Amino acid sequence: MPPKVDREKCDGCKAEKESLCEQICPGDLMTLAEDKKAYCRMPRDCWDCMSCIKACPKGALETRIPYQLGYHVAKLIPMMGTNTITWTCIDINGKVERFQYINRGMLD
Amino acid sequence: MAEKIPKSLNEIQTEVIATDLLIIGGGNAGCFAAYEAKTKNPSLRVTIMEKAHISRSGATAAGMDAINTFIRTDKGETPEKLVKWSRAQVGGGPIREDLALSNAELLNETVELLEEWGLPIVKDEDGHYKLRGRWDISIQGEQLKPIMAEKAMEVGAQVFNRVVATNLLMDGDRCVGAMGFGVRDGKFYVFHSKATIVSTGGACGIYKSPVTDYSGAHHQTWMCPFNVGTGYAIGIRGAAEMTSMEQRWIAIRTKDFCGPVDTISVAFGCMITNAKGERVMEVRYKDVGGDKAARFYRLNAPMTEWLEGRGPTYVDTTILSSEEAKDLREDLLNERPSFVLFLASRGHDITKEPVEIYGSDPYIVGGHTGSGYWVDMKRMTTVPGLFAAGETAGGNPNKFVGGCAVEGRLSARGAVDYIEKTTLPPLDTKQVEKEKERVFAPFIRGPEFDGVNPMEMEERMQRLMDEYAGGIHQFYRMNEERLDHALKNIKMLQDQTKYLYAKDIHSLMSAHEVSDRLDVAEVLVHHLKYRKETRWPGWQTRMDYPEVDPDMDCFVESVRDPKTGEIKIFKRPFKQLIPGDRTKA
Repeated sequence: MPPKVDREKCDGCKAEKESLCEQICPGDLMTLAEDKKAYCRMPRDCWDCMSCIKACPKGALETRIPYQLGYHVAKLIPMMGTNTITWTCIDINGKVERFQYINRGMLD
Repeated sequence: MAEKIPKSLNEIQTEVIATDLLIIGGGNAGCFAAYEAKTKNPSLRVTIMEKAHISRSGATAAGMDAINTFIRTDKGETPEKLVKWSRAQVGGGPIREDLALSNAELLNETVELLEEWGLPIVKDEDGHYKLRGRWDISIQGEQLKPIMAEKAMEVGAQVFNRVVATNLLMDGDRCVGAMGFGVRDGKFYVFHSKATIVSTGGACGIYKSPVTDYSGAHHQTWMCPFNVGTGYAIGIRGAAEMTSMEQRWIAIRTKDFCGPVDTISVAFGCMITNAKGERVMEVRYKDVGGDKAARFYRLNAPMTEWLEGRGPTYVDTTILSSEEAKDLREDLLNERPSFVLFLASRGHDITKEPVEIYGSDPYIVGGHTGSGYWVDMKRMTTVPGLFAAGETAGGNPNKFVGGCAVEGRLSARGAVDYIEKTTLPPLDTKQVEKEKERVFAPFIRGPEFDGVNPMEMEERMQRLMDEYAGGIHQFYRMNEERLDHALKNIKMLQDQTKYLYAKDIHSLMSAHEVSDRLDVAEVLVHHLKYRKETRWPGWQTRMDYPEVDPDMDCFVESVRDPKTGEIKIFKRPFKQLIPGDRTKA
């Protein structure tokens, strides 16, 4: 279940030798097509760990549940802050929920 | 990046890196090994060979929501009690209590190191780490892997990202490093080291996953699908002794999308129920501990409900308030975020409907069960110079994140001592050339070769293992004749690896992955055949030997003869160090 790539937003991480999704994917699955847009070379092999989604500086990647497993369409969008992460989850009925918490540093 | 298929071996550059300590696999155990080695001796050259990128590689790539073992001494818990619990979790063993005790003694300070490095650990009112079960503590571990990776780099480990290990480098019977290839640069790598720690993670993808068939989601697995058992395979090919491979790790997981169940059941008190609304563990498994029964019972029980006509099975989340349900999903976001997305894609309000559960595919993971290298107290394997840590180290189950980190440290201590007493012999160039030829053979055959692609072979193997060696579609059951059939066909597949071809470097990696998985599968089936009893129903169910055999209260061991390929199987005795009823925590 590969990440869906928003080809408008993806700029192939121009400044990098390798795009960040290509650098980070634990399965060596993300890479750039000839037009310098990200794609998943083996869609069946994605683990849905969302490492690439978190790494994408453009918010161009989105994990989707395949239709065989879940209905159209739910979204889960992580936003990485300094020592925090914020997730926005939208279910198939349009219900929006937000989760925000510390992901680095000591808790009281 | 653009890749050129080399036409001959001469086009492939060989890099030789001399080092003091080589760590194969920069996961949890590998990063801790690097930290420990550099802390003990800052002048040591420590090199990490990493198949992916150490910031997000391996089993903890997505993060973690708990550290499953921490000893709350203020509550009267002790290392001995933890080992007793671990032993009970695998039905009384056998386990290596010597290894487990030495691990438990270093556990708390290792977990505290993680907090010092920046891992948020949840506290209770008294400022202690907050328990969510007897031993588990909650963490906000989305950044767990980057935190460990940064520490390994900060202490000065030299990291080679995107380099896949293919075999050990030997000097006679001694390991002096490892070889492999770069999945980005296409180079052949030779790491020549005084000592080597293998910490690649375990083996996923030997069996077919229950979700594979109907979604094309081939990697809808619990364990990291990129951990393919290379750490075991290189040892098997290097004549290292392996232990307890037949003690497979299979867990009850959320159905249709492999999400964690312990987070829901242990941490939030949602118990296993069946279609009739019965509390399965309390109604039918009270004698083995009910809802607190050992893990294999908690797997086998719901699957038996399905078999006997009382499925589906659930964890009853309807007891949760909406606030608790949100807290639960926040925990899940730290470990398996896409499962939260899955729930949203079903429009599933877990306070109104329970979450369905089902068994996972079987994994060989020595951080969870006992499978892996037989090691001594220094964590050295039976191959001198080769140490094992994390999922690859056998005999000591239930290590999980905390215990695997400890094993990283202990193996580094053993390796550092070993390095002080040894020198690096000259490089065996003949061996290097032979391995280079083997590694790149699927590449040299090229994309037009009339052969087998790695994916076809992988799927063939996974179906074979699933149906004949006790996979999920056979409810984990097996018998002698089926295991013989599996073995016969594994041998065929191993022979046919000579037909594998690769169209790019990624598929060259896949070719080696399937070869490694086959070598692990072969040893696994030998172990399953040897244990002619049923000691851990679900993990190891022999339909032809349904009872426990007291004569098999021992470790099952194997060594592969590198010359003949023959696998020798034998026993090692279990030594009980902590007195008392072994099945009681």
